[in-house]
Amino acid sequence: MTTAGLERRGLTELRGSLAFIEGVEGVAFHEFVDLVGSDGETRPARVLSTTERGAIVEVFGVTDGLKLETSRVRFHGRPMRFGVGPELLGRVFDGLGRPRDSLPPPACAERRAIGGSPINPTRRAYPRDFLETGISAIDALDSIVLGQKIPIFTESGLAHDELAMQILRQARVPSLGDAAEKFAVVFVALGLPRDTAARYLDALQASGSRGRVIAFLNLADHPTAERLITPRLALTAAEYLAFDAGYHVLVVLHDITNYGEALREISAARGEVPSRKGYPGYLYSDLASLFERAGRITGRAGSITQIPIVTLPSGDLSHPIPDLTGYVTEGQIVLDRDIARRGIYPPIAVLSSLSRLMSDGIGEGRTRDDHPDVAKQLYAAVARVERARGLASIIGVDELTESERTYLRFGDRFERELVGQRGDEARTIAQTLDRAWSVLRELPRADLTRVRHAVLEKYFTP
Amino acid sequence: MSDAAGRITEISGWVVRARATKPLALREVVLIGNERLIGEVVGLERDEATIQVYEETEGVAPGDPLYATGQPLAIELGPGLLGGVFDGVQRPLRSLADAEGGFIGRGTRMPALDRDALWDFSPAIEPGQNVREGDVLGRVMETPALAHPIVVPPGVSGTVQWIAAAGPRRVADRVALLDDGRELTMLQTWRARVRRPVRESLVPDAPLITGQRVLDTFFPLARGGTAAMPGGFGTGKTVTQHQLCRWAEADVIIFVGCGERGNEITQLVDELPRLVDPRTQRLLAERSILIANTSNMPVSAREASLFTGVTIGEYYRDLGYDVLLLADSISRWAEALREISGRLGEMPAEEGYPPYLSSALAAFFERAGRVVTLSGGHGSLTIIGAISPPAGDLTEPVTRHAGRFVRTFWTLDRQLAAARVFPAVSTRSSYSEVPAGVRTWWSERVSPQWTATRDEAMKFLEEASLIEETARLVGVDSLPERERFVLRLADAFQEGFLQQNAYDAVDACCAPARQFELLETFMRVRREGKDVDFSALQRMKMGAAP
Repeated sequence: MTTAGLERRGLTELRGSLAFIEGVEGVAFHEFVDLVGSDGETRPARVLSTTERGAIVEVFGVTDGLKLETSRVRFHGRPMRFGVGPELLGRVFDGLGRPRDSLPPPACAERRAIGGSPINPTRRAYPRDFLETGISAIDALDSIVLGQKIPIFTESGLAHDELAMQILRQARVPSLGDAAEKFAVVFVALGLPRDTAARYLDALQASGSRGRVIAFLNLADHPTAERLITPRLALTAAEYLAFDAGYHVLVVLHDITNYGEALREISAARGEVPSRKGYPGYLYSDLASLFERAGRITGRAGSITQIPIVTLPSGDLSHPIPDLTGYVTEGQIVLDRDIARRGIYPPIAVLSSLSRLMSDGIGEGRTRDDHPDVAKQLYAAVARVERARGLASIIGVDELTESERTYLRFGDRFERELVGQRGDEARTIAQTLDRAWSVLRELPRADLTRVRHAVLEKYFTP
Repeated sequence: MSDAAGRITEISGWVVRARATKPLALREVVLIGNERLIGEVVGLERDEATIQVYEETEGVAPGDPLYATGQPLAIELGPGLLGGVFDGVQRPLRSLADAEGGFIGRGTRMPALDRDALWDFSPAIEPGQNVREGDVLGRVMETPALAHPIVVPPGVSGTVQWIAAAGPRRVADRVALLDDGRELTMLQTWRARVRRPVRESLVPDAPLITGQRVLDTFFPLARGGTAAMPGGFGTGKTVTQHQLCRWAEADVIIFVGCGERGNEITQLVDELPRLVDPRTQRLLAERSILIANTSNMPVSAREASLFTGVTIGEYYRDLGYDVLLLADSISRWAEALREISGRLGEMPAEEGYPPYLSSALAAFFERAGRVVTLSGGHGSLTIIGAISPPAGDLTEPVTRHAGRFVRTFWTLDRQLAAARVFPAVSTRSSYSEVPAGVRTWWSERVSPQWTATRDEAMKFLEEASLIEETARLVGVDSLPERERFVLRLADAFQEGFLQQNAYDAVDACCAPARQFELLETFMRVRREGKDVDFSALQRMKMGAAP
């Protein structure tokens, strides 16, 4: 029994972006339907729950102005799908996968269900290949590997857009060598203001990856419910590029906070029991269904690396969206307003940032032999800087011991010379590590307890 | 089974309702739709059945058929579990990947245990002998690291009429025949949500040594005991769990990846076949089992995964082994419970969790224990549950309820983790109700001074943290010399004892005698109250002489 081609006139209820249909049988769960208003406009929609008597659908489009009696529902008899193929490269789509670049729809031969399937954990390949962003604070201390998912936690007014664009411009895979053209970018705007999205598109066009970029734009004034679909279209495209066409794909999802709020809106409209701050209890699993689509698969060439951007609501790291994102992703890059106030770009808070997959992706044969030691020593030293700064703010710098003052000096140089860099400056990992040593020499050699002796011999003396 | 036993009437995510035309049993396994997705009956009302489906239900429609199996959801037990990777309802993920490729599809059903694998069976009894439940019929070497006794299943007894001769047998082959005509194979099944019977429950009498100094020395876990490990994201929960997996002195390790990251499971899958057990020189893969139901795999199967793991754990316990089960994480399991409960339309209690959250947690943790098995041997099942409290809030329902059912509580601290002090176990908010048996074990096996020295170290840590608070207000320079010495020693103690490098070949695992030696050295310095070469003291843990 299939409902493909079936058309039904009349709804029984409209509530926000939810529509209730009665008197149809055999509507499948997650089936793709079109809702057509008396204005003749077609709004894509998806079945959220279904019974013998009818179904509830979420509408990805404006529902204002719809009437119960005159709205028509057209059934497709299958889940929502998206065409994939090499034709997608270089294209710009809206949040529902329709072209936004005044070109005809891509002539893709294959259409895939957008929900994706979980990667079998026994077939995942553990990520180990270093992705160089050219940003010292990330490459040295929160190194990213291909197939990782690592969000940027930020607040309104911080330079996350500059940072994300710089990463998109500069990202390279040193181990790829000649196969560098096998690098692609998928940019996903989720509720972004128009001008921000335009800046990203410009930056992507200006970067060397022109022609290897796909953009999906759900803008701030686009329908909220659409946001739940956009990342799934984008990840379906990314999976094709990575696991069929062999690309290393970097996916930027911006902004996950808008996505989470869309999920809450739909959940509330359905009358579901909320968990924390009104977010549905399945927020974690839902976010996981996006983020876990990052990774590598044994025997397939490409990879999907995700950098979601999460704007912390009122700077609160414990808010459900950043909190649950942090539980799914493999680390986080945290931007900090205090550091930004000191005029440092990028304002990355080194101690609260973390890359879980770092230890297997760095060191000899991957980045450089001294990298693990340098990273460990910098963490330890920065922790002491924080302690000294805290103390100085209470008892004054003059009361500090000589050692504590040394760490204050070190901390300033660390922020200015290693963390700080220009927006157009791409540092190789070797340049980054050399800078780290230059800063570490501010400390007495005896304090470098986290560095192996041989490494110290090789790098400490200039 | 080919005839439909009903029709689907309603689908909402993992929960499906159906009108049954044949009687169904509560907890019976049913197959949904034309793809025959696996589900379990969780509610019956007149002819309407409520079903929890263990696979993605996209595309299922009202009117689709429902098939009955007449069987409850049962876990397969027998040789072939060790080294395996299973999903939450015990589907073998490696075989699934061979059949389907890199992505998990739908509707593929496979037995957990390979029906074709041959095991070298050697009988342990003669025809004519009377056997009761738990009695050993024979043995196979399941892996080079572990002998697997083939035992009479619970509830079965009789006189052996025939027993298979030594030689290769498949898991479902008959190996014994009883006088009542009953055939016994190497394969048993057991319902996941039901405890396996034992002859007697015992109190824990020894620690489960983990090789992790801060845990073994300060917050020991008993063999057959329970521990909860709450920690916010980034506090090193995963690394600590993996460390326990590698080094804990258990015969069999079961790791349940319950709603967590795919790459973490992959890391274990990659690593276990390469890691050598320092005690037996055998590979860890030869005595470990992974249950992997990652965060993007069906939520309903995530709920089942804990019980799948614990049932396998009880089975090896019943074979006379010390089993350690690590569940990562209990929070994701509780969230699955919450999601299913919500879809069932149940009345929520705190934070949307169902009112039976507490009893469900108890049902899980209470399956740990040290026992006399049905065959009269000893076995134990120790359970460690990681908890991912939202926003690191230890007063949230899952942490709070779990705290009531565990005897050991390891709190991971975000500040320690930010300073890269791992394992980031907070010495102030962790606790352990050390059973007398554990103290006796340390006194007899390691040193009669253990209790006194450990208590002294606890006092020292408390003293140091009080002084540190003062120092934060007035500066170290304003403190009396004696207190500055305590701070210096506390720093050295953190680096040289509490902190343990999981990635260092020497430091990753520390034997009990070595733990005590280090502890005693630090406490001696404390008693003498004089500065020593602290960096030398710190290097001691790496194997250097003091």
